[in-house]
Amino acid sequence: MATFKHRVCPATGLRIHSSAENLIKANAVTAIVFLAVGGLFGLMVALTRWPAVHLLPADWFYLVLTGHGLDVLLVWIIFFEIAVLYFASAILLNSRLATPRWAWTGFWMMLVGAVMTNVAVLQGNSSVMFTSYVPMQAAPHFYLGLILFAVGALIGCFVFFGTLVIAKEEKTYKGSVPLVTFGAITAAIIAVFTIASGAIILIPTFLWSVGLIGNIDTLMYKTVWWAMGHSSQQINVAAHVSLWYLIAAVVLGAKPLSEKVSRMAFLMYILFLQLASAHHLLVEPGISSAWKIFNTSYAIYLAVLGSMIHGMTVPGSIEAAQRGRGYVNGLFEWLRKAPWGNPAFSGMFMSLVMFGFLGGISGVVMGTEQINIIMHNTIYVPGHFHATVVAGTTLTFMAATYLLVPLIFRRELIMKGMARWQPYVFGLGVMGISVFMMGAGTLGVPRRVWDITGADAVLKYDYSGAAYLMMGLNGVSAIMAALGGIMFVVIIVGSVLVGKRTGDKPLEGMTMTTAVTYGSAKDIKIPGTVVLVAVFFTAFVLYYFVNWKYLAEVWPLR
Amino acid sequence: MGIHSPPQRNWWKEPVARTEIVWVVIAFLWGLIMFSAMIYWHAVGEQNLSNESYRITPELFSAKTNAMVEKYQVREEEGFPVVHPPAGSDVYMIARLWQWWPIIEFEKDQTYRLHLSSMDWQHGFSLQPVNINLQVHPNYDMVVTLTPNEAGEFGVVCNEFCGIGHHLMIGKIYVTEN
Repeated sequence: MATFKHRVCPATGLRIHSSAENLIKANAVTAIVFLAVGGLFGLMVALTRWPAVHLLPADWFYLVLTGHGLDVLLVWIIFFEIAVLYFASAILLNSRLATPRWAWTGFWMMLVGAVMTNVAVLQGNSSVMFTSYVPMQAAPHFYLGLILFAVGALIGCFVFFGTLVIAKEEKTYKGSVPLVTFGAITAAIIAVFTIASGAIILIPTFLWSVGLIGNIDTLMYKTVWWAMGHSSQQINVAAHVSLWYLIAAVVLGAKPLSEKVSRMAFLMYILFLQLASAHHLLVEPGISSAWKIFNTSYAIYLAVLGSMIHGMTVPGSIEAAQRGRGYVNGLFEWLRKAPWGNPAFSGMFMSLVMFGFLGGISGVVMGTEQINIIMHNTIYVPGHFHATVVAGTTLTFMAATYLLVPLIFRRELIMKGMARWQPYVFGLGVMGISVFMMGAGTLGVPRRVWDITGADAVLKYDYSGAAYLMMGLNGVSAIMAALGGIMFVVIIVGSVLVGKRTGDKPLEGMTMTTAVTYGSAKDIKIPGTVVLVAVFFTAFVLYYFVNWKYLAEVWPLR
Repeated sequence: MGIHSPPQRNWWKEPVARTEIVWVVIAFLWGLIMFSAMIYWHAVGEQNLSNESYRITPELFSAKTNAMVEKYQVREEEGFPVVHPPAGSDVYMIARLWQWWPIIEFEKDQTYRLHLSSMDWQHGFSLQPVNINLQVHPNYDMVVTLTPNEAGEFGVVCNEFCGIGHHLMIGKIYVTEN
C-alpha cells in the first residue's frame, strides 16, 4: 500500500493520498460554484417576493425559483457531502480511496446531470419547482439530469463504503472508526435509501415525460418523491452533525462526552429519519391519520430524540474541552472565551444554535399532524427549512470549508479580517430569512407565489399589513445573507487560487490535540450546557403548546 | 476526539455520565407526550384531519358541482355563481387552472360536508385569514366536515404552485349570520 501516492499531513500526521485529496477538491469546488449560482437565484426570489421591489416577471420568477431549489438544496449540498464522505473515510482513516476511477466517474455523472437539469430549467419549459409534482410536466432532460446526478452520487456512496472496507483490510487505523466517520456512515446509509427512492419515482416520471407511461398517480408520486426529498435532508442532518463534532475536535480538541450516547443518537437517524416523507402528506386526502401520526413523529419522535441528544453532547463536549483548558469560571466563561474570531468555530456554533432553536422546534411543531393544517404550504415551510438547511447545513459546510482550505488545499486564507465576519453576516441574514418567512406564514402568506396582492385576479384577498412588512424584512435579510454568501465565495475561491501555500507549517486556528481525557467519565461538569439545554427545552415546550392554542382557534373541522 | 478512534475499543461498555442519561430520558418522555398529544386531540380536539376521501374522475366531480350550483345558486359575482346550500348538505368546490369555483355562502355555526377536488394539476386550498390549508389532488374527492364559527368574507388562496397563473387563483367563501 505504500505504493500509492500520498503525503503526510503536518498537523495530524495522517497519510493523505493524492487520489482522495484531488477528489475532495473537485467535489468541494464544484459544490461552491453551484452554491454561488443557486444563492444568486435565491436572492432574486426574495427580491421578487418583497412586494415593494417585485423584481422579476412571473415566468422568470418560477424559473429562477426552480433553479434555486435544485442548485442549493440538491447540487451544492450533495457535491459537498461527497467531499465530506471522502474526507471522513480516506483522510480520517489514514487510508487510500477505493477505486478513484469510479469516484471520478461518479463525479462527472453528477456534474453532467446537474448541468443538464439546469439547462432544462433555463430553457424555460421546466419551471415545475424542485418537487415537480405530477401531472405538471417538465422536459425529459430535466428528469434525466436528476437521474444521472443521483446515480453519480450513489457511486460516490459506494466508493465511500469501499474505502471503509479497504481501510479495515489494510489496518490503517486501530479499533473502531472515529465518531465523525460513524456519522458519515449514517449519512451514506440514508443516502442509499434516498437515492433508491429517487430512482423508484424519477425513472417512471422520466418515462412518462417521453410518453411511454400514460399516467402517474399524484398521491403515489408525492409519497415516494418525498421519501427522496425529505430523506435527502436527513443526509444533511447526519452530515452536518458529524461536521459539528469534527470542527469541535479540530479547533478545540473536544472529545465526545460519551462515544456510546453520540453513536446511539446517530443510529436513531438510520432507523427512523426516513419516515419523514409523511411531513409533506399531513393534509393530503386518501391517507389515514394513524399512518400520518406514526410516520410524522418518526415512530414516537425517536429521530428527534437523536437530534436532541446531539444538541447536548456537541456543546457539552466543547464546554468540557474549554474547561479542561482552564476556562472554569462561572457558567459561561468557556463560551465567552471560545474562538469567536475563527470562522470555522463561529459558523459551527451559530449553526448549532439556529438549527436547534429555529429549524428543529419549528419542524417538530409543523410536523404535528393537526398543527400542519395551519401551516401547510404557507411560507412558514420555507422559513423552517431555511433554518435547517441553510443555517444548519450550509453554514456548517461553510465553516468546515475554512478547515478544508489549509488541510486539503494547503493554502492560507486570504482576507482573514473578512473571513472573521463572514459567518456572522451570513448567519444573521439567514436567521432573518427564517424568522420573517415563518412570521409571514403564520399570517397565511403562501409559498411559491409570484404576487400576493391579487392585483390581476378577478376575486381579491388582502393580506394584512404585517404580512407585507414580514416579506419586506425577508427581502432585507436575503440581501444580507447574499452578501455573506458572496464574501464566502470570494474568500474561498481567492484562497484556493492565490492564497499563500502553507507548506509544512503548523496550521493556524487548529488544536488537533485532545484538551482533556475525561471521555465517558462518571461525572462530567458541563453546567453551562445544562443551562443552554434547559433554555432550549423551555422554548420548545412553550412554542409547541402555543401552536396547539392557535390551532384550537380555527374553524372546527373533521 | 471525534476524529480519532475511541481510545477503548469496547466503547459501548463505558459508563455514561448522569447528565447525559437524564437528558436522554427527558427528551424521550417529551417525545411520548408529543406523540400522545396528536392522539388525544383526535379524541377531544375540534380540528382534526379528514380521513374521508374517495376516488373520483374530474368529469363526475364537475357534474356534481354543476348540479349543486343549479339547485342552490342565489346570485352572481364577477361571473362566479354564488351558492347558498342548506346546512348539513354536501358542498362542492372545484379547483382548476386558475380558479376556485363556485363562490360558497355558509351560515355561521352550521356544519357542511365540503368536497374538494382538482380538474387538472394539484392545488392548495388555503382559507384566509382563518389559515386552514388543505392539499387538493385531481382524481381524489376529499371531504372535510367543517363548521364556520365566524361570519364574514373569506379568501381561498391557492398555495400549491400550479403554473404561471397561480397567483390569480383566488376564490371566495362567505359566512352569514343566521
